Amino acid sequence: MTFLSYLVSGLSLGSVYAIIALGYTMVYGIAKMLNFAHGDVIMVGAYVCFTAATRWHLPTLVGVLLSMVVCTALGVVIERLAYKPLRSAPSLAVLITAIGVSYFLQNTALLVWGSNYKVFTSIVGDGSVKLFGGRLSIPVIAIVTVVACVIIMIALTWFTGSTKMGKAMRACSEDKGAAQLMGINVDLTISVTFAIGSALAAVAGVLLCSAYSTMTPTMGSMPGIKAFTAAVFGGIGSIPGAMLGGILLGIIEIFGKGYVSTQLSDAIVFAVLIIVLLVKPAGLLGKPTNEKV
Amino acid sequence: MKKMMSILLALALSLGLLAGCGGGNGTPPQSGGDSSGGEEAAPKAAAFKLGGTGPLTGGAAVYGTAAKNGAQIAVDEINALGGIQFELRYEDDEHDAEKAVNAYNKLKDWGMQLSLGSVTSTPAVATSVKNFEDRIFALTPSASAIAVVEGKDNVFQMCFTDPNQGSASAQYIFDKGLGTKIGIIYKNDDVYSKGIYNTFVSKAGELGLDIVSTTTFTEDSKTDFSVQLTDAKNKGADLIFLPIYNEPASLIFQQARTMGYSPLYFGVDGMDGILTLENFDTSLAEGVMLLTPFNADATDERTTSFVQKYKELYSETPNQFAADGYDCVYAYKEALEAAGCTPDMSAADLCQKLMGAFTTLSFDGLTGDGMTWGATGEVTKSPKGMVIKDGVYAGMD
Repeated sequence: MTFLSYLVSGLSLGSVYAIIALGYTMVYGIAKMLNFAHGDVIMVGAYVCFTAATRWHLPTLVGVLLSMVVCTALGVVIERLAYKPLRSAPSLAVLITAIGVSYFLQNTALLVWGSNYKVFTSIVGDGSVKLFGGRLSIPVIAIVTVVACVIIMIALTWFTGSTKMGKAMRACSEDKGAAQLMGINVDLTISVTFAIGSALAAVAGVLLCSAYSTMTPTMGSMPGIKAFTAAVFGGIGSIPGAMLGGILLGIIEIFGKGYVSTQLSDAIVFAVLIIVLLVKPAGLLGKPTNEKV
Repeated sequence: MKKMMSILLALALSLGLLAGCGGGNGTPPQSGGDSSGGEEAAPKAAAFKLGGTGPLTGGAAVYGTAAKNGAQIAVDEINALGGIQFELRYEDDEHDAEKAVNAYNKLKDWGMQLSLGSVTSTPAVATSVKNFEDRIFALTPSASAIAVVEGKDNVFQMCFTDPNQGSASAQYIFDKGLGTKIGIIYKNDDVYSKGIYNTFVSKAGELGLDIVSTTTFTEDSKTDFSVQLTDAKNKGADLIFLPIYNEPASLIFQQARTMGYSPLYFGVDGMDGILTLENFDTSLAEGVMLLTPFNADATDERTTSFVQKYKELYSETPNQFAADGYDCVYAYKEALEAAGCTPDMSAADLCQKLMGAFTTLSFDGLTGDGMTWGATGEVTKSPKGMVIKDGVYAGMD
């Protein structure tokens, strides 16, 4: 029974990582840049939803939609102002800019919302489904998160695989120059990528805070890093890989805590990551890249 | 490419300008500049220069801002009385030891005569060494680790030390017969939490309290507590001791409720402020017990007037860090008066006088009555046992 309850916790934590990792991997897969500010867009999404629901007393759904709109706009603006001018710059410059954007967002949030902790009201309440005569309880939010994660993964896979914009995105990810020559608007495509990634970040923020309710302006950074790890674990750029990586990461973390030691759980997670990358450098579901000579 | 070059050049130039500003800013003592000290009213007469470092930005900003705000209220009140005058300046240390030393050096350049040390323990361990070397007297509002005062004759604390809290908690639980099987969840990468845990365990061993489950978490894993709670539940813990801050505690309460596990909870001063977390469901904390020096809901005149002022100025309910900051400034005032100090004295002379004054002082503040200090710099005051009933603190005794 303990095993099952750990498994449920692992799934619940893992699905949050997975949903964040989806945003990371999508932006990386198409724009070929690590958007380290993704975790902080999540934070903004959570704060916007919190403000709408708790301070303005808007219905939950309106709050979620509002935070998606705000994050989408934010994502596009960040891309325009901070990343677009650097598109031809070395990737290291973009990486540092992304870290800069991350700190900028954290400190802006600190000014706007203050440093005090806030408690997010779960969008589905804190109920749980009890099984085996109450010995196993599955939080409703865990179920919602897993379901949302699967839906988003399928939708994204379909979108990038079958729509015109999705094809344009894949073309850009292969070769921006060639895509432009074929008549694809690269700027628009990358903006749309950021818009979708940031809207996903808003959803992730709401689900993250519904599961783990306290909020601070720096709350995005650690889940962000874990989700990035998950994305690399699953094969960065691969959408099903992000989902798989996130869920495995959550389960390993919880099992490590439960069966080995609460002090060593992170060490175990990263040890597993190192081993996986040694064996499969492209991640679990990543495509091995052929070096063109 | 040319455009890139011009942008880079422009950046380099503007950086140069900024650097120029920074260099010029360091020397003049009165410059408000970029620091947080710019906002206080200019004192009328000669004033004691009081400086402190604390996290004003970053993850621990809630503590630094509170201590700074509390101290500022006390300074304004004392300056308005017209006797001793203070000039307060706080520098940001982002809860980082290295940045705290830089912040301390900045304050020293400014001419700091009296120090409020650092707000949190990790940076305070670093700055207290500097205080000791430079012979600048320090009274830290809230850095409770023993290493802050240990071996430094001129560094004093306003808060309880960690050992004090841990053993007092174990004693309290034992005396009141609150639990027979005790679970502990503490934060492994935090000197505060670990310090209290260590003394709690040794005192519990002396008293014969049965600790059945001990689990930890770190800064990087402070979201999911299901494993820790499952462990405590399976081992039948009926009381969980939480020597941690209120934010992870609120997650623990929520996750325990989702699991259908309802032990008694016992916290320490870091738990304080849990009721003022915005949008916190106070029913989660129903029955939580804690030892804390300050209670914002107390009805005595000093506390109510302080809480009211704080709310007006900063639109938040003050926590114990704010009260500690406030008390520090008043304790300084009493000690300076007792020792007959004047603002024209050097920091080293003040230090010498204050070391004598503080050990003979008996101070009544927001965080306790009849506080006294030993030569080690540790404060003696009695923690108040509180229990949360119907969403407010109530005394346990």
